[in-house]
Amino acid sequence: MMQAIGLETVGMTMRFGAFTALDNVTTRIKPGTVHALLGENGAGKSTLVKCIMGFYHATEGGLLIDGHEARVADPVDAQRLGLGMVYQHFTLVPSLTGAENLVISRADAPQVINWNTERAALDAFLADLPFQPPLDRPVSRMSAGEKQKLEIVKQLYLGSRFLILDEPTSVLTPAEADEVLSHIRALCEGGRITVLLITHKFREVRSFADDVTVLRRGKMVGSGRVADLSDKQMAEMMMGETIARAELERTGTPGSVVLAMKDAQAPALSGPKGIAIDDLTVQAGQIVGVAGISGNGQTELMEMLTGQRTLTGGQIEVKGQPFGATRTEVHDLKVRYLPEEPLKNASAPRMSVAENLALREFDRGPDGSIFWQNRRKMLRTARRRIDDFEVKAPSPHVPIATLSGGNVQRTVLAREFSGDVDLLIVANPCFGLDFNAVAAVRERLMQARNRGVAILLISEDLDEIFELADRIVVMSEGHLAFAAEAGATHAGEVGSYMAGHA
Amino acid sequence: MTEDLGIWAVPVAMLGGAIRVSTPFLFVSLGECLTERSGRINLGLEGTLVFGAMAGYAIAFESGSAWIGVVAAALAGAVFGLFHGWLCRFKGVNDIAMGIALMLLGLGLAFFFGKPYIQPVAPDLPAISFGWWSEIPQIRAALEVNALFIVGILLAFAMAWMFRNAALGLRIRVVGDSADAARAIGLSPNRVRLWSTAAGGAFAGVAGAYLSLYYPGSWNEGLSSGQGLMAVALVIFARWNPVMCLFAALLFGAAGALGPALQTVGFTSGYYLFFAAPYVLTLVLLIFTSSPGKAMEGAPGELSITK
Repeated sequence: MMQAIGLETVGMTMRFGAFTALDNVTTRIKPGTVHALLGENGAGKSTLVKCIMGFYHATEGGLLIDGHEARVADPVDAQRLGLGMVYQHFTLVPSLTGAENLVISRADAPQVINWNTERAALDAFLADLPFQPPLDRPVSRMSAGEKQKLEIVKQLYLGSRFLILDEPTSVLTPAEADEVLSHIRALCEGGRITVLLITHKFREVRSFADDVTVLRRGKMVGSGRVADLSDKQMAEMMMGETIARAELERTGTPGSVVLAMKDAQAPALSGPKGIAIDDLTVQAGQIVGVAGISGNGQTELMEMLTGQRTLTGGQIEVKGQPFGATRTEVHDLKVRYLPEEPLKNASAPRMSVAENLALREFDRGPDGSIFWQNRRKMLRTARRRIDDFEVKAPSPHVPIATLSGGNVQRTVLAREFSGDVDLLIVANPCFGLDFNAVAAVRERLMQARNRGVAILLISEDLDEIFELADRIVVMSEGHLAFAAEAGATHAGEVGSYMAGHA
Repeated sequence: MTEDLGIWAVPVAMLGGAIRVSTPFLFVSLGECLTERSGRINLGLEGTLVFGAMAGYAIAFESGSAWIGVVAAALAGAVFGLFHGWLCRFKGVNDIAMGIALMLLGLGLAFFFGKPYIQPVAPDLPAISFGWWSEIPQIRAALEVNALFIVGILLAFAMAWMFRNAALGLRIRVVGDSADAARAIGLSPNRVRLWSTAAGGAFAGVAGAYLSLYYPGSWNEGLSSGQGLMAVALVIFARWNPVMCLFAALLFGAAGALGPALQTVGFTSGYYLFFAAPYVLTLVLLIFTSSPGKAMEGAPGELSITK
């Protein structure tokens, strides 16, 4: 029996003032298929699905569900029509257990919950599903993969027959991603659901999707069966023209040790197990990539290096000197950072872009510290850096918090990449940047490496690690589980250590 | 007629004290626990408690029934809670600052309206004697248990049950942990918080009525010794768990009874230092249960003090 819903958008257009986010998009998603939605950041993917789910009301155009015109006023409406969405940011309640999350999300949850009967019903429901998320553990103690499965199960439990998955594998290991997607695929083939899969990974499109729709700058630029398209064709549709990404050139040999962590220990953000880094060194002219699934201690590692997290044992040395990340040490030893969530961890949100760009040197003159600020010089430097790094800001005077995520990232990059640097510590430097910006950031990192800068690259993007790193270490459950030269390992091996079972 | 129990007088007096002194702690902390579980903090409960004490005493005196007084105190507390909940829904209103303002407002109003009721004597709440089995008068006195204490114990377990087994309780937890998730399942965080804050205020009002109608059992301006404020610390110590609130309240009650207990066995000097025991305990517990490097476990995610 076919339960899955077919869905069509007809001439869907969404304008925000003068800006057209979505321009006359017509696409047909056949019931019981996996349909991939490809596009760069800002191509209109999320606008399209928000129009489908009723978060936005399309300026023009409409929606057909199983061939009948449908109006979706809000997400609750969408739910009633059998449309469900799994967001990138989980909407599970952290302190509730899996079972509690499932039952309370039901519109007809009983006033008094008899857990015996509810558990029996849940077990029966899960019995013919490929997923088995943990039901008795609070969500806050689940891994990203378990949360992802629980989110999908929740949608099925709520009766969704059309599922939108927003980059569902971005927080999963390659093996977990394959597992989740193949189960999803099996559900589609069984005619139970239809899936619209938002992604930018060709590998996933290739292995799991039947059809694909490509968006670029709000327009639909291509659509068809995946089997009829090559990766190159899809990439061309996405980017507009073929951009052959130049292989980054590596020159020079690693020099002396710049960063050394020995038996460094610190408490973890949550959970009883702490962070323990036995031995991690970065040499001049070398990029060491720290791979790992988010939540395995990378945030804590970064905080230990930036001085936000106090060590409970061991030490960090930079160029042979003990390093506590004070402002003086950072300045004298020429250490620079690009932490994750730069708006929170590397900027003063309400201060202007120009002031944020000057944070490293505003109180230092050529001879010692300075008291009076030279606003004009600050502004001049800011303008230059804004141009160099293509920061899109209405003016250098606006608060940095008003910029988009990608532009905040560029602003912080502009500050940290300028001047004399010996050690760069970066975490997910390309998160939220578009294709061209990613290429630019990676090129700058490689140039810095070739100049002899020591770089510690903490990244959840395995492709990025393999593209940039000379040496790869894997972080799992708070410690370093694996280390190898980049040439001597491969993604499968690193992935298995990331998953913690190797 | 009292027997000489020697040093045993101290634990016996502390047991009695724990039961007697803990009741207001218990009610205020359960109220605060409920409010905080919905993601909002109400620092104004001290003011609510004192106003509840005054209102309860005044109504009990006018009506001649202590229980009508308790109901009146609960209603007065609920009104304060509703006011707080209603104000906090506006953008830019900080619940901590608003709570402090409401605390001062509650104290001021209670002193203003309470002036005529300092002299008159209102009926007391009845106590149940659980000490009939003992020959020792001190133990009999210690086991004079007020009905409200028993209500409080039942309430603690009922709340714990509600947070697990009732849709209402789960919804309060959802709202307190993630407003986005709450909206996704069609709940209005503001509405849930409004009523959670109102119920929390009602509990604080009852705590006040206990003070003025049972122990110490009269209305005056120095009635409360900060129970309403200490309850906030107590909830954190109890990790937002109602049953833990019960034990924490007993612990604070026992600490509060330490000073008077030492006085009865004849400590003549320095015993007043022990009157500070609950405050010292608050400070020590908060220091030792906190950690600079770890997120607090069990804290509702939407709470402004733990965000």
